Amino acid sequence: MLQQIMQFVRSGIVTERAPAPALDNVVAADLQQRILRVLGRALAIRQVDAGSCNACELEMHALMNPYYNIEGCGIRFVASPRHADLLLVTGPVSQHMATALRRTYDAMPDPKIVVAAGACACSGGIFGESYASLGRVSNVIPVNVEIPGCPPSPAALLSGILAAVEVSAPG
Amino acid sequence: MNLASIGLAPARALASLPAQRGMVDATQLLTACRVAYEHGAQLAALFGSDERDRDRGLLLRVVLRDGDGLTVLEHALRDPAWQCPDLTPFFPSANRMQRAAFDLCGIRWDGADQRPWLSHGAWPADELPLRRDFVGTHADPRAYEFVRVEGEGVHEIAVGPVHAGIIEPGHFRFQVVGEKILRLEERLGYVHKGIEKRFETIALADGYRLAGRVSGDSTVAYAWAYAQALELLCDQVASPRAQHLRALCLERERIANHLGDLGYLGNDGGFAFGLAQFSRLREDVLRLNHVMFGHRLLMDVVVPGGIRYDLVPDHAAALRAQSMRLRTEVARLREIYDEHAGLQDRFRACGYAPPALAARMGLAGMAGRASGQAQDLRCDFPAPPYDALVVRMATRNEGDVAARVAVRFDEVIESLRLIDAILDALPPGPHLVTPVRPARESLAFGCVEGWRGPVLIALEAGPAGTIRRCHPHDVSWQNWPVLEHAVIGNIVPDFPLINKSFNLSYSGHDL
Repeated sequence: MLQQIMQFVRSGIVTERAPAPALDNVVAADLQQRILRVLGRALAIRQVDAGSCNACELEMHALMNPYYNIEGCGIRFVASPRHADLLLVTGPVSQHMATALRRTYDAMPDPKIVVAAGACACSGGIFGESYASLGRVSNVIPVNVEIPGCPPSPAALLSGILAAVEVSAPG
Repeated sequence: MNLASIGLAPARALASLPAQRGMVDATQLLTACRVAYEHGAQLAALFGSDERDRDRGLLLRVVLRDGDGLTVLEHALRDPAWQCPDLTPFFPSANRMQRAAFDLCGIRWDGADQRPWLSHGAWPADELPLRRDFVGTHADPRAYEFVRVEGEGVHEIAVGPVHAGIIEPGHFRFQVVGEKILRLEERLGYVHKGIEKRFETIALADGYRLAGRVSGDSTVAYAWAYAQALELLCDQVASPRAQHLRALCLERERIANHLGDLGYLGNDGGFAFGLAQFSRLREDVLRLNHVMFGHRLLMDVVVPGGIRYDLVPDHAAALRAQSMRLRTEVARLREIYDEHAGLQDRFRACGYAPPALAARMGLAGMAGRASGQAQDLRCDFPAPPYDALVVRMATRNEGDVAARVAVRFDEVIESLRLIDAILDALPPGPHLVTPVRPARESLAFGCVEGWRGPVLIALEAGPAGTIRRCHPHDVSWQNWPVLEHAVIGNIVPDFPLINKSFNLSYSGHDL
C-alpha cells in the first residue's frame, strides 16, 4: 500500500487542459458547465466498432488515461445504448455489422447525437465500399459530426465530441 | 521438414526465413501433414487462390512451420467440385481456416464441420469473393448453428457482437451452470471488410498502407512483413540502417501494446491503479512516437525500401532517456502487481492453457510462450538486425493469466534493452531506397514477430505493378480456438480478464 501511495505522489497530476471544440465560433469555456447546459447531466457515450482495424479504439482508450482524463470532464463511456446520449462509431460499416449498428442506434433514447470517428467512418477510408463494406457510417445511420484522421488523435476525438455536443445544443 | 522422405522434390520458396514449396496431390497433402504433425510442425497459414486463368483451378496453399522454416504445400483443385482432405485431425486450428477458404474461394473439404465461418451470408453462397469473376451481389445474413449444451441447470449467455466496452465486435456464446462456464463458442467475422479482395485493387507499391491497417495495433509488424515480401520480389534488401530502425519501431509497438494490456489486466482484476499508471506510460511512448516518426501508432512509417523518416540525434537521446525511465517505472509497478494479493488471486490458475494443450492446438506468439511454447521468430530465424541483437526469449510454463502477465513484463524489459542496443549499433547509410526494379510475378512470404505473435504476409505480384493475391495471416487464427478451451471451468466474470490476457485480434482475423 505504501508503495502505491508513493507511486501516486511520484506520478503527480498529469491531466492536461481539454482542447477547444473543433468549431471556430465556440469559445473554450468551462467544459463541464457546457456539457451540463446542453445535456442537463454528464455526457454518456456508447461506442460501436462497425468494422474498424482497432486503431481508432486504441486512441479512444487513450482518452481515459490520466493525461486526457475524459471522465474528469464529465464524459464517460457506457455499456448500454439505452444509457447513451452520443453514439461514437468507428470503421467502415461492414455488411456483417450493419444490423447491429442500426439496432444500437434505434435503442438509444432521443435526442441522440452520432459522431463518426476516423477516416473509414467518414469516407470508407482505405477499405472503401465493397461486397463486404458499406463504407461511411452516414450510409447506414444519420451522422451529426465527422472526425477525420487515421486514427484521430485523442485530442481530435475529444474536440470532435465537444463539437457534436455544441451543434446539438438547443438555441 | 524433409519433403524428400515422402517422395517430393521441393523447390526453394521466396521468404524472409528459410522456406521450401512443393506441389502435392490430395494423398501427398495428407501424408505431408501427418508427417509434419508427427515431427511437431505447426500450421502457419492456409488459404486459397483462384488460378483458373492459369489452368490450375483453385489453388490451396498450406503453410507449415517447424525448426527448419516454412514448408508451403500447394494443392491444385482443377475441378472446383473436388474436395480437399480434412486437415483438422493433425492441426485443429485448420478448422476455421478451411471454412474461410470455402467462404471466400469455394475450396471444398471433406470435414465434418461444413458451417460457414467468415461469411454470415451477406453475399450469396454461390458467389465467392476471391474468385476472379466475382460480381458481388447482396444477400441477407443467415442464422448460424451454434453447438448447444443440454441438461439440467444449463443455460446460455449470448454476448456481442457489440460488447460493453470499447472493444472490437465478435459474438460469444457461453453455456453455463450457475457461474461456471461449461463451454464457450466464438462466432467471429463481424468486421470482415474484404481486405484480401481490396488488395487486388491497389498498386503493389501502395499495399503496405492496407497491410498496416489489417490490425491497427500491429501496424509495424504487418507493414514490415509486407515490405519484406515486396523487397524479395524486387530482389532488394533494405539497408542496415533501415532494418535497425524498423526493429526499433517494432519493439516500441510491442512495448506500447504490452503496457496497455498490463494496465487493462490490472483493471479487469479490480485494480484501477494499474490502468492509470500503465496507460500513462503508454501515452508517453505514443507521444514520443509522434515526435520521432509523425504517428502515434507508427502507421505508414515502415515502407517498401526502408523507413519513411530517419532518426535524428536528438531523438536518439530522447529514446534512451525514455527507456531508462520506463525501465525504472515498470520494475516498480511489477513489484506492486506481484505483491498485491487480490490481484494475484485473480491472475493465478485463471484461464489455464496447459503446455500440452498449447502444443496440440498450435498456440503461438506471446500467449504460446506463456504456455511453454518456446517460439519467437526473432530468436528462431533472426533476420537482420535481430541476428546481431540476440533476443532473449521470455517463456513461462504455467499457462495462466499470471504467466501471460509475466511474459509481457519480461518482454517490455527485453524490448527496452533491444532499443538501447539498436541505438548503440545504428549503422550509417540511407534509411530509404525506393525499389526501382519491377517485381517478379511470383509469390513471396514476409514473416515478422509482432507483439501478439508471428505475422505472415503472402504476397503475389501481378503484371505491371499490380497485386495478384495477398493473404495476411494473424496468429489470432491459431489462438482464438485455444481461448475456448482456456475458459472452461472458470466463472463467467473471469472471462473479460482471460480474454484480455490473450488480447486477440478481431480485425486481423476477420479480414
